[in-house]
Amino acid sequence: MLNHLWSLMLLSGILWGTLNGTLAATTQGLIDAASEAVSLSLAMLGIMSFWCGILEIGNQAGLIDWLAERLGGILDFLFPGLEPGHPARKPIAVNIVANMLGLGMAATPAGLEAMQKLSDGSDTATDSMCTFLILNVSSLQLIPVSMIAFRSRYGSTNPSAVLGPALAATVCSTAAAVLFCQIMNRRQRP
Amino acid sequence: MIEWLSELLLPLSVSSILAFGLLSGRPVFDDFLGGAKNGMKTTVGILPTLIGLMTAVGAMRASGLLTAIGSILAVPASLIRFPPQLVPLTLVRLVSNSAATGLLLDLFEREGPDSPVGLAASILMSSTETVFYCISIYFSSLKIRKTRYVLPGALTATAVGIAVSIWLAYRQI
Repeated sequence: MLNHLWSLMLLSGILWGTLNGTLAATTQGLIDAASEAVSLSLAMLGIMSFWCGILEIGNQAGLIDWLAERLGGILDFLFPGLEPGHPARKPIAVNIVANMLGLGMAATPAGLEAMQKLSDGSDTATDSMCTFLILNVSSLQLIPVSMIAFRSRYGSTNPSAVLGPALAATVCSTAAAVLFCQIMNRRQRP
Repeated sequence: MIEWLSELLLPLSVSSILAFGLLSGRPVFDDFLGGAKNGMKTTVGILPTLIGLMTAVGAMRASGLLTAIGSILAVPASLIRFPPQLVPLTLVRLVSNSAATGLLLDLFEREGPDSPVGLAASILMSSTETVFYCISIYFSSLKIRKTRYVLPGALTATAVGIAVSIWLAYRQI
């Protein structure tokens, strides 16, 4: 899927630039984006490493085990394929909690680890991997921290007016994600 | 109150985890160093994906293709009472967080954050994720090719989030 999607994006951009007479701008956009990607990951490098370090302290101290146990019921419901003690349960628990708190930088490394542990080594996504990714994309975030900051910078009279509706919207999209995954998972198993 | 809470969130999580480690008698700095090294590896590992994806989006944006798609889709969008100003933001939201933030701030500048469109955009941005970016980061690190129902599921969830955002924003005012 990604092979085709990526080629389509790149080729259609270049083709449009040629037809539209914006080829020079397209090339410049491509070059700028490449260096933007590097500066973004440089900016991420520090805080990602910091979070992974902090999370490792929590892991070694048993905090993550405790968390995974607390979320056990939810994990059993969402990931029926994961028996208790599966190595992916801990990073999944960390990822869910970090996402809810809006600590995206702590959620990503845990999410990558979870995907690694969920993989069966083939090039096909398992049911658990699909569920995990769809849930991640549905983004159950409780407090949109940066949004409040943007709104107040642009002179909003009530920057946190977004809180209630955003929570409602994020709950609805996550509910849709859970429902979708449950239906798909049931359909696979006759 | 809420702003104060969200300011408190990061330092509070860090210090409680640290305190927990100290209380369990762990060599916390050594643990930290081990984890941080893994974090660096992860970040460097996703850099190729990041470069590939961002250059493709950069080319589409700079060529004017994204704007063109946005103005074409504005016609059917207005038929289902989808605010046409939100079409480009919604599209870009699927592929790039930084580009979407740029469009959001443009929208705040022109329409104001408290206008119906501004509020809808705020809610939409807070309740959705960069779908394609997330999927490629997570899958490409494992060389997964058959992604099965991930994309339809992710887009369904995102569509529900967007629909609820717009409905709530226009109902409030």
